[in-house]
Amino acid sequence: MNELIPAFSFRQVFIEPWSETGGDYLWVVLMGFFVTAACGMTGVYLILRRMALVGDAISHSVLPGLAVAFLAGSLIAGGDASTGHLAETGIAGGHYDFRNPTLMFIGALVAGVLTTLLIELIHKKSRVKQDAAIGITFSSLFAIGVILVSLFAGKVDLDADCVLYGEIGFVAFQPFATIAGHELTPWPVLRMGVVFLLTAGLIGVFYKELLVSSFDAGLASSLGINPTWVHYSLMCWLSVVVVSAFEAVGAILVIAMLILPGATAALLTHRLPVVFILVLIHSAISSLAGLHLALWLECPTAGAMVVVGAMQFCLAWMFSPEQGLLTRGRRSRVEGDLVDRHKAEAAAG
Amino acid sequence: MGARRKLGLLTVAIALLAGDASAARIGELTETGVWDQMVRFFSLRDPALRAVLLGSGLLGISCGLLGSFIVVRKMSLMGDALSHAVLPGVALGFLWNLTKDPLAIFVGATLAGLLGTLTVHAITHTTRLKEDTALGLVLASFFAVGICLVKMIERLPTGAKSGIDKFLFGQAAALNSQDLQLMTVVTLLAVVLISVFYKELLVCSFDPGFARAAGLPTRMLHHGLMLLLAFAVVIALQAVGVVLVSAMLITPAAAAYLLTDRMHRMLFLAATFGVAAGILGAFMSFLGNNLPTGPFMVLAASMVFAGAFLFGPRHGTLARWWRQRSRSRRVERENTLKALFHVLEGRGFVGEGITLQELASRRHETLEESRERLHALCRNGLATFDEPGEAIYLTPEGWQRARAIVRNHRLWELYLTNQVNFAADHVHDEAEEIEHVLGEEVVRQLERGLDYATRDPHGKVIPSTADIMHDDGGGPRPPKDLVGYGKTT
Repeated sequence: MNELIPAFSFRQVFIEPWSETGGDYLWVVLMGFFVTAACGMTGVYLILRRMALVGDAISHSVLPGLAVAFLAGSLIAGGDASTGHLAETGIAGGHYDFRNPTLMFIGALVAGVLTTLLIELIHKKSRVKQDAAIGITFSSLFAIGVILVSLFAGKVDLDADCVLYGEIGFVAFQPFATIAGHELTPWPVLRMGVVFLLTAGLIGVFYKELLVSSFDAGLASSLGINPTWVHYSLMCWLSVVVVSAFEAVGAILVIAMLILPGATAALLTHRLPVVFILVLIHSAISSLAGLHLALWLECPTAGAMVVVGAMQFCLAWMFSPEQGLLTRGRRSRVEGDLVDRHKAEAAAG
Repeated sequence: MGARRKLGLLTVAIALLAGDASAARIGELTETGVWDQMVRFFSLRDPALRAVLLGSGLLGISCGLLGSFIVVRKMSLMGDALSHAVLPGVALGFLWNLTKDPLAIFVGATLAGLLGTLTVHAITHTTRLKEDTALGLVLASFFAVGICLVKMIERLPTGAKSGIDKFLFGQAAALNSQDLQLMTVVTLLAVVLISVFYKELLVCSFDPGFARAAGLPTRMLHHGLMLLLAFAVVIALQAVGVVLVSAMLITPAAAAYLLTDRMHRMLFLAATFGVAAGILGAFMSFLGNNLPTGPFMVLAASMVFAGAFLFGPRHGTLARWWRQRSRSRRVERENTLKALFHVLEGRGFVGEGITLQELASRRHETLEESRERLHALCRNGLATFDEPGEAIYLTPEGWQRARAIVRNHRLWELYLTNQVNFAADHVHDEAEEIEHVLGEEVVRQLERGLDYATRDPHGKVIPSTADIMHDDGGGPRPPKDLVGYGKTT
């Protein structure tokens, strides 16, 4: 057991990462925040529209899209990614030559839309129910993705570990974006930051449309908002967010990033604007505390971030002022006492 | 019936297990051709391959059986959540004594899976969050805990070569005889329990309200099913992997669901598909020099599903499309016949042949379109076309069908005006729709209800059923010798 859980040392876990490594961890925390916040804000609408599991499906089925995009990228570059690995740092995908962002986004968008269409095809054209249709679609696409990744291990710049939990811990070792010779941020962080800002901006601009179509599709169409259009736009944006988050946190942990912040916030408030503020706070806590948890336990950073997010959910579940399991239990006891006293008084008086 | 056959299969499996199934890994490939490899894979000569084959078959049976129940109960994604939730349990099972002890992993994984399903249950019942959110949340959170634990174990000196990473995407080659014994016991348990409680499970799955009213312990049955489901997931883990095992539950069962309406047949088919997918997947992974087995099994299952989706005799897309096409063709033919009847009626049933021009102007379409319609009639033996004389003649069958369809149309118009009080000028479109689907029985009822009326609301003669059926020349139709309708030329 002692080997499994390293001894906790405050200095090693909390002080040294910040004092001795020159801010490498800042990028990890920032990346974690951007990923969780962008996913979380998109996820709020998935939860509202009861489409959480469509998010699950898309996050899985983005994999074949990415694999094909990487394959195409390596064919264009005419090289072999396996020789380009940065072996000494252990980075699975050190080479950015084959990671053509445009191809990646196209591949992911195609995969995302294909998933939505396939689910609808199976659901509408046969008597298979929607839940089974979701399960069949994403597992088939994910299986194809995994097979592509293992067959073309040399050409596809992805490996099984990256698929499962991403490589957010290595984000500081990626090439930096430079402006006028100054190193600014690592490319993935910059990209994710842009996606985060775009997510926030899009939600701000289309706030009313999303709100109305999520809560009352009938009212939305009477106001001239096409629900189908909103649905597919949301799916497309979901694919964009998922694919940007993919290399950081992998295919499966993305689901946690999508659902946990929104679900936690939904337990704490009924007001949508407050939900978004809580999502941001949740994301900040997850990424910072997750990093330190990962440093202590020496486990994957993305996994630790999700564990912290899940803990926050559990806390909200237990102690939410209005809906918490424990607080609600106490309140009903207090109310029960009040009723008893009233009864006693009525009997006496 | 199906259950008994499966029991037979299992007996064979156990008999084979009694032989020495060693835990050796699949050796280097010595065969080069696909055929030789196939012979080696399926001939059961190689004990390691025998283990792979048996293991894949067993997991196919148990996943197919349990998957059928979750598919018909619309709980497919519960299987997904459960299968991701077992990962921390697998890791803890490893920690028990830091080796791959099948029993410890089995217990740990089952407990973790059940804890996952209970958490989903608790979240949906104590918060306002909906089931889909709860499922996704539990799935990803448990998986995150599991992945952290797995990586921590791999860091240990003994953990690195323990093979725990094989649990993520599955490697059937890592199955050993202990695993197989466990799989056999669990599959046998599932088969026996499902055959014993078949009726109860059936009622519970399709009509929970009735089951409760009949005094069945529905909650107990539900939890029992969840336990069996967890068992099925856990024994499949080693070969399929945590990430994709839910597909082995859902996909074969959904394919079976497309092919039959009877639960016992569905169970049998799902188990068969599961076995086929398992073995095919293991074989493909073997050909690919020990690539992960899970994705190949899932892909094989998806292909089976795609086959059922496209080619299923009753619910398949192609069958439906064919049915739809033949229906619309029939409607088209009947409309042509009706038009020919109208042409004849328009000239008071005088003269035999109808020219193409008459048909085209009646239907308001071009000569080419009418020619197409006519060819469809000729192909079906309803009319003949005298090319030099430019004349269309109805065959006896065509004449009978034409009158039947006109009769249906006019009867319905009369029914709507007389009995339902529709305005006489509003009934035509309704009748255009229904004339093609009225059955003989309904037509007789209509005639009786309308007192065998002979004229429709527009004053036209309704061909009577007796006339059509016996063709005795009476009724509204002019005598046969006067005109030649229905003669074969």
